[in-house]
Amino acid sequence: MGHESQKEKTTIVLFSGDLDKAIAAFIIANGAAAYDHDVTIFFTFWGLNTMRKDEVVKVKKGFLEKMFGWMMPRGAKKLGLSKMNMLGMGPEMIKHVMKKHNALTLPQLIELAQDQGVKLVACTMTMDLLGLKQEELIDGMEYAGVAAYLGDATQAKVNLFI
Amino acid sequence: MADIVVDTKGLACPMPIVRAKKALDTLKPGQTMEVLSTDKGSLQDFTAWVKQTGNELVTHEVENGVFKFLVKKL
Repeated sequence: MGHESQKEKTTIVLFSGDLDKAIAAFIIANGAAAYDHDVTIFFTFWGLNTMRKDEVVKVKKGFLEKMFGWMMPRGAKKLGLSKMNMLGMGPEMIKHVMKKHNALTLPQLIELAQDQGVKLVACTMTMDLLGLKQEELIDGMEYAGVAAYLGDATQAKVNLFI
Repeated sequence: MADIVVDTKGLACPMPIVRAKKALDTLKPGQTMEVLSTDKGSLQDFTAWVKQTGNELVTHEVENGVFKFLVKKL
């Protein structure tokens, strides 16, 4: 993993915690990996919830942090839609339609991205704000800040904010 | 005959390209890969992908909604 890799680079900032936007981000990430790019997804704010484990993880938290933890979706399977969420009916409808069309689910897309070597980076500053601990996110994440993201983005031709 | 055949019929974007990439990685320069796909965006996808990754799209055809691409690894 040299700093002067000859490969093209793609970076995506996943800010949103919406299911549809996360799916779009991971489809592009997997496509870019198939283009043999070095791909980084930088998760910040609500996007971090995409990478939460779906089980309850025992960690020490303050009252506000606990509140955030309860109110935010616990992982990729729990995200809502940006449009037509309809109290959770929308995501179930989308999942049904995606299955019909043989499209990969978000958890499958995440696994595929890891399999293809996509670098998944969690923003530590916003993790602190939302009270999320490293133990609550799926294994294999990296932890960094804006400078690390910009280090990758400066060399990349495709940089998306979703 | 292609050195490897990748059947992605029925699979949705981005799987055809992902599967093709994995197969292409196993080939040596000069070897060929045949990809079958029913994804309607395939023609544009494969034309762009093969060009950008520095390989050669030898032939492509459509038959009964099935795209068939012959890719040569360079």
